[in-house]
Amino acid sequence: MEQKTYTISIYSENNVGLLSRVSAIFLKRHINIDSLNTSMSEIEDIFRFVIVAKLTEEQVNKIVKQIEKQIEVIKAFYHTDEETIFQESALYKVKSNSLFEQRQIQNVIKKSHANIVTVNPEFFVIEKTGFREETEQLYNELAPYGLLQFVRSGRISVTKSPMEITHILKEFSK
Amino acid sequence: MSTKPTLSDPKGPITGAEAIVRSLAAEGADLIYGYPGGAIMPVYDELYKFQDHINHILVRHEQGAAHAAQGFARVSGKVGVCIATSGPGATNLVTGIADAMIDSTPLVCITGQVPSHLLGSDAFQETDIIGISTPVTKWSYQITMVEEIPAIIAKAFYIARSGRPGPVLIDITKDAQFASADFSYQPCTRIRSYKPVPPTAETDLVQAAELINQAKNPMIVWGQGVILGQAEEEFRAFVEKSGVPAAWTILGVSAIETAHPLNVGMVGMHGNYGPNLLTNECDVLIATGMRFDDRVTGDLSTYAKQAKIIHFEIDPAEVNKNVEVDVAVMGDVKHTLAAIMPHIETKTYTEWLGRFKELDAIEFDKVIDAEINPTKSGLTMGEVIKTINANSKGDAVIVTDVGQHQMIACRYAEFVQSKSNITSGGLGTMGFALPAALGAKMGAPEREVVAVIGDGGFQMNIQELGTIFQTQAAVKIVILNNDFLGMVRQWQQLFFDKRYASTEMVNPDFVRIAEGYFIDAKRVTEREEMTAAVAEMMKSDKPYLLEVCVEKENNVFPMIPSGASVSDIRLE
Ligand SMILES: Cc1ncc(C[n+]2csc(CCOP(=O)(O)OP(=O)(O)O)c2C)c(N)n1
Ligand SMILES: [Mg+2]
Repeated sequence: MEQKTYTISIYSENNVGLLSRVSAIFLKRHINIDSLNTSMSEIEDIFRFVIVAKLTEEQVNKIVKQIEKQIEVIKAFYHTDEETIFQESALYKVKSNSLFEQRQIQNVIKKSHANIVTVNPEFFVIEKTGFREETEQLYNELAPYGLLQFVRSGRISVTKSPMEITHILKEFSK
Repeated sequence: MSTKPTLSDPKGPITGAEAIVRSLAAEGADLIYGYPGGAIMPVYDELYKFQDHINHILVRHEQGAAHAAQGFARVSGKVGVCIATSGPGATNLVTGIADAMIDSTPLVCITGQVPSHLLGSDAFQETDIIGISTPVTKWSYQITMVEEIPAIIAKAFYIARSGRPGPVLIDITKDAQFASADFSYQPCTRIRSYKPVPPTAETDLVQAAELINQAKNPMIVWGQGVILGQAEEEFRAFVEKSGVPAAWTILGVSAIETAHPLNVGMVGMHGNYGPNLLTNECDVLIATGMRFDDRVTGDLSTYAKQAKIIHFEIDPAEVNKNVEVDVAVMGDVKHTLAAIMPHIETKTYTEWLGRFKELDAIEFDKVIDAEINPTKSGLTMGEVIKTINANSKGDAVIVTDVGQHQMIACRYAEFVQSKSNITSGGLGTMGFALPAALGAKMGAPEREVVAVIGDGGFQMNIQELGTIFQTQAAVKIVILNNDFLGMVRQWQQLFFDKRYASTEMVNPDFVRIAEGYFIDAKRVTEREEMTAAVAEMMKSDKPYLLEVCVEKENNVFPMIPSGASVSDIRLE
């Protein structure tokens, strides 16, 4: 079966151990996680994981069931790229003198719709949010000027369809 | 001398250690297995004070505590409890926890931990037991604050026993055991994010019933779910009304009696000829509380492809995991089997049942007869089991270890009541039987408990003879000694050109070892003595060890070679 990029969204109670329970499910099946992000969700006290991995539909289906089986997990979903709106953020730290000495770099920044987060005499930091190709393109364009640091976040995503967690929680309390 | 504590609610704050013991008592855990050490000593001090309420059994190795708690749980249907210190005490539990996880046994395991201010400092006997046990527990939690104790222990018992049962580990730092807080105990009945039993859809019931009613050659395969769900009566009613021949997985056996006319034997690698072959001929396969383990299915691409498959299951993650099913009836089998009854037509399948009988006759001629009625000199494992049956009238709890003796015992032991076969199925843990038999005897003291163990596996938890001696639990231990790691030797013979790499054992004198523990013991090598010795053992009301020297190089058949189809089952 064909592998695809799937985004797994998990709504859970906050628990110290849950992250390792979830990653153990991948480890046990010898599957790589491409990115993982945890944050608060739209509901108070409920947390959200967003995990991206390349899987077959059969694999993702079974993994999501194993995730849902964990005591603190309220609900888990999986979606393809077409079914989600997703973004990643990247930060690029560059030497300040290149900003002033190489006029080209200013064009690069402008063209890429990146933001300058901070500038000081030694370095400046650019932030770019978008698809993987966009943050990668900016990386390639900035690399020749010397990148002091580069970092990219995990994918965050929302789905086009509703997730109805509030409704599911009500079901649980029945 | 201070007066002995009672279980009524304490006035004023108590220590965490006392709260742990009171919480266990509140859950009805009056029999627990464990081993003391630094990080759990405050709890042991309280166990000393509460010894009139909780009987703590000192095992000889923490693995023994976990398996004993499993044996207790499986024979009684209650939650088994074991307790250990931090570090090596906790890691020694892990095999038993993994075994309980894969065989869905409800356990609450309590481990001591270094004081919270030392966590992460590589303190003496600090080990990350939560991290180590995460993949093999249904749930785990580390308590660092005394106030958390009653609620977390309540949650632990609820999670361990509800839905699909499993092991829970609670790690408690020593400072939380020493600190004090007010105590009141509220059992846990609900967790917001946890739905132990999925809802049953009426449409699935109706669809399943239609398939069953229209079937020409249906077959049931039932597993431990029937026993875990305490659904034996509902299951029997379903089998008898539908008239469908029913086969069992190794963990399902004893849910209905061996002699039941619709009981057609065991499926799987060393199961019976009929149910394995006919799995690939039935038109509707009704899987009931089982999970299509690979030892049951063999090659999945040739497993029951011709059949419509119905799956009665409590765990959504098991549905379509190994085998795609046509109808999944979700829920607790006690409920779903009762709910489907009004839709089921009363039927009999005389001709189809006849097919099972024909194949039984072939298996009897080719395999069974020589195993249970041998004429050649040299004892077989099967005739020993047959002799145990004759003495127990099928009413004993048979606890088996892992290997050839396990397969022979499960194939030939007869059962008249449920919860009578305790074995390590999913994990295949050698060393399981001796401690599990102790736990089983203590969980059902009125029942005869016979442990059937290989010479290899016996030596994996042999130290528990000490616990059996100290408790005088009247466990009957039968060592089927072939001086080999027999099951591995069988595979070497069949698949590795008889290269017997590291499977031959030079064994000690098991009788003298038992005698060293003041346990009555006997060794037999001849048929005539064996029959008498089994009878003598069964009559004893004390622990007893019987070593039976059996043929060294016998094989277990039938056999589905690993990775082969159930249709390729071999009789020789
Ligand atoms: C802890 C553990 N280690 C290794 C094995 C692999 N194994 C399965 S059966 C077996 C042989 C068991 O020998 P014995 O206890 O003498 O039983 P027999 O097969 O001879 O009846 C072995 C080594 C296992 N199941 N468990
Ligand atoms: Mg052996």
